[in-house]
Amino acid sequence: MVQVHTLDRVVIRFAGDSGDGMQLTGDRFTSDSAVFGNDISTLPNFPAEIRAPQGTIAGVSSFQVHFANYDIVTPGDRPDVLVAMNPAALKANLADLQRGGLIVADRAEFTSRNLKKVGYTADPLEDGSLSNYHVVALDLSGMTVEALKDFGLGRKEATRAKNMFALGLLTWLYSRPEEPTIDFLARRFASRPQIRDANIAAFRTGFAYGETTEDFAVRYEVEPATMPPGVYRQVSGNLATAYGLMVGAHKAGKQLFLGSYPITPASDILHELSKAKGEGVLTFQAEDEIAGVGAALGASFAGALGVTTTSGPGMALKSETLGLAVMTELPLVVVDVQRAGPSTGMPTKTEQADLMQALYGRNGEAPLPVIAAASPTDCFATAIEACRIALTYRTPVIMLSDGYLANGAEPWLVPDLASIPAIEVNHATEPNGVAADGTPRFQPYARDPETLARAWAIPGTPGLEHRLGGLEKSEPYGNVSYDPANHEAMVNQRAAKVAGIVRDVPDLVVDDETGDACVLVLGWGSTYGPITAAVRRVRAAGESIAQVHVRHLNPLPANLGAILRSYDRVILPEMNLGQFARVLRANYLVDVESWPRVRGLPISPADLAGELLEAIAETKEATR
Amino acid sequence: MIGKLAGVPLALEPLTRKDFTSDQEVRWCPGCGDYAILAAFQGLMPELGITRENTVMISGIGCSSRFPYYVDSYGMHSIHGRAPAIATGVAITRPDLGVWVVTGDGDALSIGGNHLMHALRRNVNITIMLFNNRIYGLTKGQYSPTSETGKVTKSTPFGSLDHPFNPVSLALGAEAGFVARTIDSDRAHFTSVMKAAAQYRGASLIEIYQNCPIFNDGAFDELKGPEAEDALIRLEHGQPIRFGTQNHLGVIQHPVDGVKVVEVADVGEDALLVHNAHRPDPSVAFALSRLTDGGVLHRSPIGIFRDVQRPAYDDLVREQVALARTEGDPEQSLAHLIAGKDTWIVA
Repeated sequence: MVQVHTLDRVVIRFAGDSGDGMQLTGDRFTSDSAVFGNDISTLPNFPAEIRAPQGTIAGVSSFQVHFANYDIVTPGDRPDVLVAMNPAALKANLADLQRGGLIVADRAEFTSRNLKKVGYTADPLEDGSLSNYHVVALDLSGMTVEALKDFGLGRKEATRAKNMFALGLLTWLYSRPEEPTIDFLARRFASRPQIRDANIAAFRTGFAYGETTEDFAVRYEVEPATMPPGVYRQVSGNLATAYGLMVGAHKAGKQLFLGSYPITPASDILHELSKAKGEGVLTFQAEDEIAGVGAALGASFAGALGVTTTSGPGMALKSETLGLAVMTELPLVVVDVQRAGPSTGMPTKTEQADLMQALYGRNGEAPLPVIAAASPTDCFATAIEACRIALTYRTPVIMLSDGYLANGAEPWLVPDLASIPAIEVNHATEPNGVAADGTPRFQPYARDPETLARAWAIPGTPGLEHRLGGLEKSEPYGNVSYDPANHEAMVNQRAAKVAGIVRDVPDLVVDDETGDACVLVLGWGSTYGPITAAVRRVRAAGESIAQVHVRHLNPLPANLGAILRSYDRVILPEMNLGQFARVLRANYLVDVESWPRVRGLPISPADLAGELLEAIAETKEATR
Repeated sequence: MIGKLAGVPLALEPLTRKDFTSDQEVRWCPGCGDYAILAAFQGLMPELGITRENTVMISGIGCSSRFPYYVDSYGMHSIHGRAPAIATGVAITRPDLGVWVVTGDGDALSIGGNHLMHALRRNVNITIMLFNNRIYGLTKGQYSPTSETGKVTKSTPFGSLDHPFNPVSLALGAEAGFVARTIDSDRAHFTSVMKAAAQYRGASLIEIYQNCPIFNDGAFDELKGPEAEDALIRLEHGQPIRFGTQNHLGVIQHPVDGVKVVEVADVGEDALLVHNAHRPDPSVAFALSRLTDGGVLHRSPIGIFRDVQRPAYDDLVREQVALARTEGDPEQSLAHLIAGKDTWIVA
């Protein structure tokens, strides 16, 4: 009888060749864990090449899932389990595995040819080099083919179901329910009964193999996490962004229009919104990034909510249109799902190095609001916030997400739409001024005294005809002006409008549970998870630390300066070379210490915790 | 057949040219061909019957792109080359607007070539007026993508080297459904072509030969002087293609050269090509477009080269949404979508 051990958390990494179906396998395991009630966090990691050469390190695709019986914030530092479908997958991922961790490998793929391909001179499954790990080497391919021999599939086709065999085995090992995956396969391959049955059979055989084999002395379970009651689903950052944009437009009573050009890792937002025809979303796959944002701005001019989605290189192409949106003071939402740059960089890897581009990457004085999402689920609220600011203040808004948030998934308490406040747009419908001759006349650049938003009349409104454009305008009629004093006034006016958005930016709340911390760790965007995990480690080690996370990057929250000044040291981890640190130093003259990481991967909580503990020790030493 | 402006509200009271004239001082150079085009356009608009407030002018950058400031409608003077993209967003979201794009040879064919080509291939329901003066005016006289090879300008003191575009050929190559050419100085012709464009649902491209008196004066003189009738090949649907001061020249189809200019006396009137703008295949229209000289202009066809109906892109986009649109409360439908199919309940 196999023993069952109860664990708090487990990190599994499924790794194989690009064609091995690792993303699907990981995704399924995640879904089953989520439905079971665990908290989950995932990190898909795949090559940009669609089919890199088989069996090579470059072609390795992996999916890491972290599941736990408590609220977790990252996909986990180091896997406890590595499923390696071939030698390349083992070689590429072994260094990350915990000492003593479990390796499940497909022995059939460890042929001398495959070993040679990745530079192994001896078979690591045999030569004792894995003695620090628990290795279970199985003939996954062979057993799958054997299990499917009555399904009338060729050997190659049958072998392709080995990912489901592996999934079945892991499902057994971690006491997950079988039904959700079986239901999923039945739905997914409904139109191809032979493939459906083969995959289900492979999955069941893998599960049964776990029960009968003696390879595993222990079976594990991870109890459900305690989460607020309600209806949950799993959501990725890109999907949450798409939903947030839809809800934002809906709450404003606006037609949502997306103009976009496919780019990794942002394309899924285009895909999701393109599906939402039932909800009336208009999408336009443009001929290029420039046309995508151009059409979005045209849609906004016409009275819709124009949105464009992209990643770094695409952002660069859109910058001229962002300048026009700043000048014409029209609403526009730009989602930049950041990836590792510069240039093409590493399209499938994450980074936060577009911050300066978002804040300043335009010609002239062209300030605009920038906000960043902190987690996959937070993309939803952040997208709504972007719509709200854009429509209220008649301004382009940049929402920063990144590859880690875009593809990472976590459980999401499905929001109650009725509880989300409406967005008031207030279009001009009649003349708001009087001409010199006493006749009523529309003034498109007359401003709301509080928000400084200009009057927005949409085409089709009689009597309010007016022209916008990229040339400098004068208030209130929007006439072209080259007057020096007018230009200075308009530059200041646009800056004041954006700075004034701070009235809607909530004050930051510092998480300083003991109240005696002398080190503050500050972050923005997707580093929220890793920083929070690191903070927990620091506190678990008995030390005090304060944490604060910034969503509004322009304008910055009103109390940020005071917060920065109230700690001995401020450490800012970010996935760039210190861009936000530079912004804070420039704005507040505070010696913010940058902790930069640009490896294309989320920050490691373990490394960061080490750094923070050291900083705390130094600070204590200095004040002793 | 529904025209470009189907769905755009009509003015209750007849409008006049003055209604389409803004209070802005027109600031083109004295003698610029743009003045004549603006006057003709403002004269034409009341005839189309739509309201001023449902009229939208979108332009790029360049001399001609100042046009929207002078028309008292909604308008945007946008970014160099991007007007067709911006107009596409307007057209998709608002079927109740008549959308005109004003652009030039540099704006449309150089920096904005990509957007022009794609607006035409998609057949977005807009009218594109391409002012071709074969020079860069606003930047003070560099050669443009329609300048003849060998053009000596400030940026090409030894003569330009690149081969020019023929905008009509380009548009036909992009499979535009409505392609025409007219001249700034011939108001009646301009108006008739523009009216026909307003009847076409989809993207209409009208190349307008426009004189720049400062940097390229006389570029179209051959087409305007006393000998003009020998140079202008007037295309009229259903009519044999015949021209010349003595009406002595004509165009025939030729097995090798596509089409060819001949003396009518040599071939007989019955041999002349009868112009059919509705011919689905664009190859004859393309062959006609090649009768334009590539270098200094001595001869050029004007009129409607092609007028072939195909679905407008923005209509199709809206139709797809209309067919898929869920019934009932939009918030509920949205909530349903967001909840998705795979949910679980935490008690």
